[in-house]
Amino acid sequence: MNVQVAPVEGSVGIRRPALRISSVCKRFGSLIANDDVSFTLEAGQVLALLGENGAGKTTLMNILFGHYVADSGAIEIGGASLSPGSPQAALRAGIGMVHQHFALADNLSVAENIIIGTESLLLPWHRAKAKEKILDIARRYGLALDPDALVRDISVGERQRVEIVKALYRDARILVLDEPTAVLTPQEAEALFATLRILVSNGVAVIFISHKLREVLSVADKIIVMRQGKVVAERRASETSREELAELMVGRKVAFPDRKPVSVGPAVLRLDGIVLRQGGNRPHVLDGVNLEVRQHEILGIAGIAGNGQAALADIACGVLAPSEGLIHLSGDPVRSDPSEFVKRGVARIPEDRHATGLIPDMSVWENVVAERYRSEAFAVAGLQRVGAARKYAELVIAQFDVRGAAPNTSAKQLSGGNMQKLILGRTLLQDPGVIVATQPTRGLDIGAVAYVHRKLLEARDRGAGILLISEDIDELFSLSDRIAVMFRGSLSSPVRTETLSLQELGLRMAGQNSTGGR
Amino acid sequence: MRVERRDFSPLAVRLAAPGVAVLASLLICSSLIKAAGAPVLWAYWTMLVGAVGSLNSVSETLTRATPLIFTGLSVAVAFRARIWNIGAEGQLYAGALATVLVAEEGGRIAAVVPHWALPIVAAGAAFALGAALLLGPVVLKVKLGVDEVVTTLLSNFVMLLFVSYLLDGPFKDPMSMGWPQTPPVDATVSLRHLLGGTARLHAGFLFALLGAALLWLFNVRSVWGYEMRAVGLSLNGARFAGMPVTSVLLRVAVLSGGIAGIAGFNEIAGVKGYLTLDMSPGFGYSGIVVAMLAQLHPVGVVISAVFVAAIFVGADAMSRAVAVPNYIADVIVSVSLLTMLVAMMLTRYMIRHE
Amino acid sequence: MSSTLDVVLTASFWAATLRICAPLLFGTLGELICERAGVLNLGIEGIMTAGALSGWLTVYYGADLWTGVCVAALVGAIFGLLHGFLTVPLGLSQHVTGIGISLLGASLSYFSFRLLIASTATPTIKPFSAVRVPLLADIPLVGPVLFEQSPLVYLAFSLAIAVSYILYRTPLGLAVRMVGENAMAADAQGVSVVGIRMAAVVVGSAIMAIGGAFLTLSAFNAFFVNLVNGRGWICIALVVFSSWKPARAIVASLFFASLEALQIRLQQGSGGLPYQFFLMLPYLLSIVALIAVARRVSGPQSLMVPFRRGER
Repeated sequence: MNVQVAPVEGSVGIRRPALRISSVCKRFGSLIANDDVSFTLEAGQVLALLGENGAGKTTLMNILFGHYVADSGAIEIGGASLSPGSPQAALRAGIGMVHQHFALADNLSVAENIIIGTESLLLPWHRAKAKEKILDIARRYGLALDPDALVRDISVGERQRVEIVKALYRDARILVLDEPTAVLTPQEAEALFATLRILVSNGVAVIFISHKLREVLSVADKIIVMRQGKVVAERRASETSREELAELMVGRKVAFPDRKPVSVGPAVLRLDGIVLRQGGNRPHVLDGVNLEVRQHEILGIAGIAGNGQAALADIACGVLAPSEGLIHLSGDPVRSDPSEFVKRGVARIPEDRHATGLIPDMSVWENVVAERYRSEAFAVAGLQRVGAARKYAELVIAQFDVRGAAPNTSAKQLSGGNMQKLILGRTLLQDPGVIVATQPTRGLDIGAVAYVHRKLLEARDRGAGILLISEDIDELFSLSDRIAVMFRGSLSSPVRTETLSLQELGLRMAGQNSTGGR
Repeated sequence: MRVERRDFSPLAVRLAAPGVAVLASLLICSSLIKAAGAPVLWAYWTMLVGAVGSLNSVSETLTRATPLIFTGLSVAVAFRARIWNIGAEGQLYAGALATVLVAEEGGRIAAVVPHWALPIVAAGAAFALGAALLLGPVVLKVKLGVDEVVTTLLSNFVMLLFVSYLLDGPFKDPMSMGWPQTPPVDATVSLRHLLGGTARLHAGFLFALLGAALLWLFNVRSVWGYEMRAVGLSLNGARFAGMPVTSVLLRVAVLSGGIAGIAGFNEIAGVKGYLTLDMSPGFGYSGIVVAMLAQLHPVGVVISAVFVAAIFVGADAMSRAVAVPNYIADVIVSVSLLTMLVAMMLTRYMIRHE
Repeated sequence: MSSTLDVVLTASFWAATLRICAPLLFGTLGELICERAGVLNLGIEGIMTAGALSGWLTVYYGADLWTGVCVAALVGAIFGLLHGFLTVPLGLSQHVTGIGISLLGASLSYFSFRLLIASTATPTIKPFSAVRVPLLADIPLVGPVLFEQSPLVYLAFSLAIAVSYILYRTPLGLAVRMVGENAMAADAQGVSVVGIRMAAVVVGSAIMAIGGAFLTLSAFNAFFVNLVNGRGWICIALVVFSSWKPARAIVASLFFASLEALQIRLQQGSGGLPYQFFLMLPYLLSIVALIAVARRVSGPQSLMVPFRRGER
């Protein structure tokens, strides 16, 4: 069934596409994830697959990799049909994947992560030869890496290089990159694009999955836009614009709220000299962070993942106690205890809706009272006031337009956007004075993003001070009044958004404080 | 063929799961009965008659079910909070030991509390000692990350050896003619028998039923029950919401270990009257099966405990009637645990052919 | 403490240490292989019991000792197949399934023993006798300790070296480690997660069962109820104590065995302390060992994480 791919160079006549996807359909129950998807990709071409979450990009890639089997349709690679449902066949046919969440084992070496699965299990392996090949690939494509380092010791950028080398080690002819720049600085992203250009000049075909229009336009030759499981448009990068792509992606015009100038009030949240140590003689996670969020103000915190933002968020939410330093709410010191923070009017919107924000296996009413289940409103004499909790759940559902939810619905049945509305609702209905929002729109579709942004701006206009920690630069620019940058546990002094350029923000995120101006 | 998650599993399917699991287990174990050379249907019939055929056998089954309800509840409480307490056996012996201690000191304690309260004092002591035995491993888990499975398992062995030492030495009944057992406990700490004649069913059974009902209400209506469920379902979610995760886990340990300790009190005060090393034929381990068959639901625990007890009582009758070793009961129960796990998975997943 | 010192310096003490060590080493290696592939196997206690009985029965019915060892391994493999099937493709809770397998292994063994051996007296077999390695056994002190042992002792130590070699020096071992560290990543590279995990659990369980067979075919000559007596659980602690490394498993099980050998000797010598406290030592030590390494070691990252493609 599995036909070996023949080399195309020698063959005369029509050049076969590297990849042809014809009429692929896939349903999950009543949901149509892929609806008659077709397109082709030539060798030496970068194809961008553009679409919101849930548009069907991931399903399509899972079918390409044999993780799912399509209900109908066919995939051809270099003219030979790909046997469905077999990751091994996909690898043999020369498809390589760079996952958004890297598929690497932290406790194994770089070389081990690269060669896994390439050698026969029962024969002794050729370590020296393998290492040589890795170094050779690294040199050829300008991907510096140390084969003997443990993955847990290397940086995010290096990990991505390992993923790319892993694909090339297997002679991948089609490389799929899933949201590859999400974890990179603008400068690192540029380096990645340079690598991609070397790859395509060597005849590799690249599929680039993203929802960032700017990047897609700069790196892709051809752009496929998907919406609700269908291919809705195919454009050449030179013949389209951000505006057109945005509208194609969403299917309608989305009104993003504007940030109106408001005069700020006194500080509502202040962090003084926050230090967070970790064991041994490793560097501090947070090294003397000072910040101040004032009434009617959104303070944005930018930075590449892993520079201490997660710890800062936990400390600002009261979940984690700093090793040193003080936290003040409206001028009074507060001890690190989440329920104390909630009582003092801090609304907390965590990074991970599933793992921390909600308890997915509990019902909606149990989730809306999770932060305040001990308060008089919801408990009396050690027993829960279930009626009151249900009423509150109904209020949240109605006021925040949580679709598909009743008080008894299990939270895990909600979509990501509706989960986020539930979290916003339970906490914003309390009219908080401080909001700590961490990646509040990650993984949401554009409509939900706009909704969250509107709610945050409304709260700001009402007088709340908002600490917005995000890796999404566009979000930071559109919401923040001031932006500060986290780098290796230190926070730069905040700069007014109007005076900050993208270029400069990128440099600061990479730790280079070029101008020093504010 | 692949396994896919169901959107939600209907209640009927979830209620049917234990029945199907038990039937599958009986079916699998019939091959062992056959291998032993006994007619399968007849063997199961003698088992059924032996378990529920007469008032006396019903009494015996319910008597046997009583400690299983307690250990089952103990395991259910712990497992719901994701504490893998495999130490109910040791906690049961700790409770039994506490009961014997209170009985020994009965005279002095009676000077302080009224006479009728002595069983309550004994039960309280049993609860406390059982709780203390589980508290150790759980403190190690939350403070140092030591896996509680191994520590609770090993605590069973340590506890049994400790009891063995006491029975050989300080607690040994001088009148026992060399048998390692304690003197009989005073009638004042004993639980009343419910039926006349030789039937052994005692008030402990009613307390077990009451305990299950209370625990159910506690789970679904109390603030502490809510915290325990939340911590079990999502540790990070509970922590973020501001629940005192560590103290919740310690409370779970106290409750779970304590309930298992009550099982020990129940056996001394209701059935045995004195402590021996073979007092429990693995009630603590069977409690795991009871809890799993009940899908960790307190009311389900009562039903599955009666079932497991019936298997044990019935198997004794079966081994007398036909030559099948009574270890068949342990086999049936352990196979039931495995079939139940599969059945529970099938309620959440379906196997789809492609 | 001079008496302790005297004991430790005798050759018979060290010979006993190796004898006590062997079943622990088998059990620890077996568990280690399962856990390295990401599957906790709490069935170990029951699997060792089943291995002890099946090996012993085979010899009791007239086959030779090595056949007994092979049958024990086969029976262990069958239990491993069951545990693997339930926890790997079906993805059931490894904790509870393991407990179930353990209860099943023990109860099925006792059931079969009672069924097949009707007599109330405990029948015995002729166990493995020590094999003297020519010349080497004549080395004073060290000779009788290292080179005058049951062949199963040699097997246990050779196996530890072999497992270490395979784990760190072959693609197979890399696949096992990868599957245990990050199953998704292994799957994405075309390594069969289910295949590797199943194989690891089957092989690991077979090795545990040999550890059980050691008890009936080498250490004792009979089978009885509660024969394994928590050795399996101790092995689980030893795996953690040895930070999931086969070479350290040798050290860890030797350390434990030496303490137990010491305990037996001191117990014979002491008039004061009741024997139960000596018997508690291995269990208490296991707990202490777990506490000692709790902060320092972390197991394979995918341990106890069931793998299902397309789900995260």
